[in-house]
Amino acid sequence: MPKLSAASRHSVSFTVNGVARSVEVESRTLLTDALRHGLGMTGTHVGCEHGVCGSCTVAIDGTMARACLTLAVAAEGCDIRTVEGLGLGPGRLGVLQAAFKRHHALQCGFCTAGILMSLDTYLRRHPDPSREELTLVIGGHLCRCTGYAPIVAAALDAAAELRGAQKHPEETAHA
Amino acid sequence: MGIQGEQFIRPSVERVEDATLLSGGGRYIDDLGTRPGTLHAAIVRSPHAHADLLAIDKAAALTLPGVVAVITGSDLLDITTGLVPALRVSVDARAIAVDRVRYVGEPVAIVLAADRYRAEDGADLVTVRYRGRPAVVDPEAALIPDAPVLHGDVGSNLMSDRSFAYGDPDGAFSTALHSLAVTVRYPRNTGSPMECYGVVAEYDPHEDAYDVLANFQGPFSIHAVIARALKVPGNRLRLRTPPDSGGSFGVKQGVAPYAVLMAAAARVVGRPVKWVEDRLEHLAGSVSATNRVTILTAAFDAEGRVAALDWDQLEDCGAYLRAPEPATLYRMHGNMTGAYAISHVRIRNRVVLTNKLPTGLVRGFGGPQVYYPLERLMQRIARHLGLDPLDVIRRNLIPADAFPYRTATGALYDSGDYRQALDIAVGDGGLSALLGRRDAARAEGRIYGIGFTAAVEPSVSNMGYITAVLTPAERAKAGPKNGAQSTATITLDPVGTVTVQVASVPQGQGHRTVLAGIVADIFGIPPAQVRVTTDLDTAKDAWSIASGNYSSRFAAAVAGVAHLAATRLRDKLARIAAAQLNLKAEDLVFAGGRVSSRTNPDAFLPFARVAATSHWSPGLVPDDVGSAIRETAFWTPPELTAPDAEDHVASSLCHGFIFDFCGVEVDRATGKLRIDRYVTMHDCGVILHPGMVEGQVRGGFVQALGAAVYEELVYGEDGAFLSGTLADYLLPTATEVPDLRILHFTSPSPFTPLGAKGVGEGNCMSTPVCLANAVADALDLDTLDLPLTPAKLRALVAEADEVPPPAGHRPATPAAKPGDRTLRGAGATVVAAAPEAVWALLLDPDVLASVIPGAHGVKKLSDTHFTADVTLGVGPVKGRYAADITLSDLDPPRGATLTGTVSGGLGDGGGTGRVTLEPDGSGGTRIGYTYEAAVGGKVAAVGGRLLDGAARVVIGGFFAALARRAGGTGQPGLMRRLLARVLASTGVRP
Ligand code: FES
Ligand code: FES
Repeated sequence: MPKLSAASRHSVSFTVNGVARSVEVESRTLLTDALRHGLGMTGTHVGCEHGVCGSCTVAIDGTMARACLTLAVAAEGCDIRTVEGLGLGPGRLGVLQAAFKRHHALQCGFCTAGILMSLDTYLRRHPDPSREELTLVIGGHLCRCTGYAPIVAAALDAAAELRGAQKHPEETAHA
Repeated sequence: MGIQGEQFIRPSVERVEDATLLSGGGRYIDDLGTRPGTLHAAIVRSPHAHADLLAIDKAAALTLPGVVAVITGSDLLDITTGLVPALRVSVDARAIAVDRVRYVGEPVAIVLAADRYRAEDGADLVTVRYRGRPAVVDPEAALIPDAPVLHGDVGSNLMSDRSFAYGDPDGAFSTALHSLAVTVRYPRNTGSPMECYGVVAEYDPHEDAYDVLANFQGPFSIHAVIARALKVPGNRLRLRTPPDSGGSFGVKQGVAPYAVLMAAAARVVGRPVKWVEDRLEHLAGSVSATNRVTILTAAFDAEGRVAALDWDQLEDCGAYLRAPEPATLYRMHGNMTGAYAISHVRIRNRVVLTNKLPTGLVRGFGGPQVYYPLERLMQRIARHLGLDPLDVIRRNLIPADAFPYRTATGALYDSGDYRQALDIAVGDGGLSALLGRRDAARAEGRIYGIGFTAAVEPSVSNMGYITAVLTPAERAKAGPKNGAQSTATITLDPVGTVTVQVASVPQGQGHRTVLAGIVADIFGIPPAQVRVTTDLDTAKDAWSIASGNYSSRFAAAVAGVAHLAATRLRDKLARIAAAQLNLKAEDLVFAGGRVSSRTNPDAFLPFARVAATSHWSPGLVPDDVGSAIRETAFWTPPELTAPDAEDHVASSLCHGFIFDFCGVEVDRATGKLRIDRYVTMHDCGVILHPGMVEGQVRGGFVQALGAAVYEELVYGEDGAFLSGTLADYLLPTATEVPDLRILHFTSPSPFTPLGAKGVGEGNCMSTPVCLANAVADALDLDTLDLPLTPAKLRALVAEADEVPPPAGHRPATPAAKPGDRTLRGAGATVVAAAPEAVWALLLDPDVLASVIPGAHGVKKLSDTHFTADVTLGVGPVKGRYAADITLSDLDPPRGATLTGTVSGGLGDGGGTGRVTLEPDGSGGTRIGYTYEAAVGGKVAAVGGRLLDGAARVVIGGFFAALARRAGGTGQPGLMRRLLARVLASTGVRP
C-alpha cells in the first residue's frame, strides 16, 4: 500500500454488498466509522472498539473481520459484505435472519449484525457444522441479552435449512 | 360486554421488532441524524481516584483545527447544580468535577469539535494538574475515624445510618436455641449492555429550554432530577429516547449525569452537542452495582426453623450519592426475609462513600446483595445442624395458605405455593439423579457439590420505598410518596387503525409485540393491524415518574394498563356501534375485524368504520360517549402504600418465586468451575409470551453466571481502576454457558390486571448464590465470596486439600489479591566501561536523554533531580508523560536509588529502583537493578495484563542503551545489541 499522509483525506473505494462505493476518509478512519457515518450503513454496530465484542463484524473478501480494528483505507478494492446485504430483497429476510426471528435469537439486536455476519461467512464454507463448531463461532461474540442458547439453535436450524434447500450452497445467495 | 376473543396467553409469536433489527435497520441513538452544525464531544477524565484539581490548561487543545471549545466544571458552575439523591446530604453530586476528583474516570473537561476524531485529539492535548490525596476504596476502611473523607462538608464518609426492628427480634434471639452469622463481601459488577450511552442535546436560549435525546431507560423520576440539575422547570426539559436501544439492564439510568453534562455544554457553546460513550469510558465511568458488606445473623431451632434475622448492611455507593441511590439498599426492604416465614427482623443499614464509580441501577438491583447472605446462611444452618439444606429451606418457606402474605418488614406477597413449586422442581428437575452424580463423582475423588436457592423476585417497585431511608419524622414532614403510575395511550386514526404508545422504554424486550397482541385481542383485529410505538418524548407523550424500564414492571404493570386503555376505548366503540346497529352495547362482540351482534352475526359494522366514527361523524356518537379517538389510561396499584410510621415498606407489588438447584464440579488442578446441571423453577404468574419469558430467564442467568464467576469491576487499593476493557471485565460467551433447565409454576397475581408478575431479574438474584452454595458444598466451606474465579477456587482447593495434585501440575498458589498490581523486577547487564565511568554517565542529563527510552528532553534540576518528557507505549496505549526522577542513597560508584514518577493524560505511575555497579573483573562493570513500581489511570485500566512486560521493556531498554553508550557490552557488540533490540520489542528483558 502506498504511504498515506495523516494530514490529508483520501478517497477509498470498495464494494459493499455488491455495489461499488467510495468514501472520503482520513488515513486513521476506522472501517466502522466509514461504513456508519461515511456511507450511512448503520447496521454494523460498535460495541467496544477494541476487538472483543464482535458487534462490528463484517465480511471482507469472504473472511469475517472486525471492522473496528480495520482501517477504512486498508479496505481499498475489497469486497465487503454487511448485514444490510443479507436479505433476499426489501422486506424479505434471508434464511439465517428468518431462523433468528423464529428462535427469538435476539432481544435488543445490538450484537446481532456481527453474529449474523460471522455465521453467514462460516456457513458458506462449512455447510454441515456441528453444534460445537457453531458454538465456537458464536463464542467469538458477546451478546448480553439472550444467553446464547437461542442463537445456537437458530444457527443450527439455518444450517440445516440451507443444506436442504440448496444442492450447491456455494452457488446460491446465502442466508 | 364482548370479552370474547381475549387470549392473552398466546403461543410465542414472532416479534414485530425483529425483521428491522435483523436487517440492520435499527434506529439506535448513534444511527440517528443530527442537526447541521452539531458538535461532537470527547470527555477528559480523571486518572486519579482522589486528588485536588489544580488547573486545567485548554490552550493547546483550542489551537487544534476543528476544536471549538473546551468546557470544564467551573464553566458549568452557574448553569448546573448536582444530581440530588433521595437523601439530604451535603454532597455536591455534579456530573463533572470542579475542584476535586473522587474516582478514576470522573469527567474533568469536555472537548467539543467538528467530529469525534478531532474531539479526542483535543482531549489528548488538555493538560490537567492534580495534587493527589489519599484514596479510600474499601467500605469498612472508609468508616475508620482517620480515613480520607471524600466530602468535607459531611465530615465523614457515612451518609446514612438507620436501624429498624420488626416483631421482637431481641426476644427471639435471647430465647433461640442456636444462632449463627455469615459475613459477605459482595463485589462490584455491572450490566454492561452491548450499546454504550449516547446523548444529543441542544438548548434554546430564547425559550430557556433544553431538548435532550438520550438512550435513557428511566425511571422518569430522574427527569425531575435532570431538570433540576439544569436549573429549568420540568416543562423546559424535553427528554426523548431513540426508537431502539442496545440493552440496558438498569445501566442506562446512569446516562442521566451525561445528559446534564451535554445539555449544559450545548448551552455554553450555543450549538447542538452529540456524545457517544466508548467502552473504556463505559466500564470506568457509567454505573456500577453497589458492593456491600453484610453480616447476617439468624436465630433458629434444632430443626433449622428460623425465628429471627439480624441484618447489618454496609452499602458502598462509590464517590457520590446520585439519584436514585441509595435505592439499591432499600429496594428489597420488604423482602428481607426472602421466601421464608420469619416474623422477627432487625436491620441496620449504613451507606458509605468511597473513591469508586458512583452506583446506580443494575439488573437485580439489591437482590443479589440480599440473597447471597440469606441463602448462604440457610446452607450454613443446615451444615451446622447436620441437616439437608433442602429440608431447611422447605421447612422455612411461607405456606401456601398464608397468601396474600404480609412480611415482617412490610411487603404484601401477592400469591404463590412455594412448597409445591419446590417439589415439582425437585422432581422434574431430577434432583435425585444429580445427588447420584455427586456421589459417583466424589467416589472418584472429584470435587463436586450441589447448591440450592429459594428466592422471591419482587417486581413493580413502589416509588415510595426509597423514603424508608428517611426517619418516619422526616417522611411525615416531606409528605408521603408511594405508587407506581403506569400509562398507555391508544389512538384511533381517521381510517380506523390503532396505534398504541407506552412509556415502558424497552431495551430489547419485545414490548411492542406483546402489546400489539393484547390490544388486538380486545378490538378483535389481527395484531398486525396494531402499531405500537415506544420511543418516548416527555413533551408529548403520557408519562409519570414510574415510567421506564426497570423493576421488571412491563408484564405486570404496563401490559395491564394497555389492556385497561384498550378496554375503555372498546367500551366506547361498543356504544357507538350499538347506536348505529340499534342494539345494546352489551350484546356486541369484537371479533374478526367486526363489531357484531352476539346473536345475529349479520348485524355488524366493520371495526375500522366504528373506530373512525368520532373523526368523520361525531354526530353519530352518543352524547355521553364524548369522543372515541384517544384514550390514555393511568394505573397505580392500591397495594403500593407509603412506608408507615413503623417503617413497614411495601417495596414492590408483585412477588414471583424462584427455586434453583445446581451441580458443579471444581477442577482440582485449574480451579475451573464446571456447571454440570442447572435447574431454575420460576413462578412469575401468568405468562404473556413464553418465548420472551424464556429469553429473560436465559439472559438473566448468563449475566448472573458472569457476576458469579467472571465479572468484577476491580479497583486497586489506591483506587486505580483495573478492569477497563472487555478483555479485563470478562462477559460470558457462548462457550461458557451450560445447559439450563427452565421450569414453570403459575400462581396468577391477584394484584395485576393480567395476573402477570415480573420475571426479568430473578436469576440475577438467585444464581450467584446458588453456584456459591454448590461450590461451598463441593469444597466443604463456611465462607466464600464472589467471584468464583479459577484462581480463587484453585487456592481454596489447595487449602482444603490434603491430596497432592496430580503429577505434572504446578502446586496451587494463593490467588493474587485483586488490586495488587505492583510491578517487580530485577536484572543485570554487563558494560565494557569501568564503574566510575558508568557512574558519571548515570548523572549526566545528556546521556540520560539518549538512553531513557522515548525521552524527549531531560532537564537537570539539581545533581540528583531530573525531569523528562517521555513517550511510552503499553500495549495499544501510547502516550506522553512527564517524568520526575530523583537519585538518593548515593554510594559512588557502587550504587544509587532512583525514585521516579510519571504522569500524563493516560495515567500515572511511580516506583523506586536500586542500581548497583560492580567491577566485573575484566575492566567492565556489572550493573544490577531491582525495581518496584505501580501504575494508575487509563494505562492501568486497559493495559493491566501488559504492564509487567512493558515495564521490563522500558527498564531493560534503559540499561541496554546505557551499556551501548558506555562503549558496548562485555560480549561481542553487534549481535548482542541486535538481540537486545529484538527482545526488547517482544517484551523480553535483554
Ligand atoms: S466493536 Fe469491534 S469488536 Fe467490539
Ligand atoms: S441481543 Fe442484545 S446484545 Fe445480543
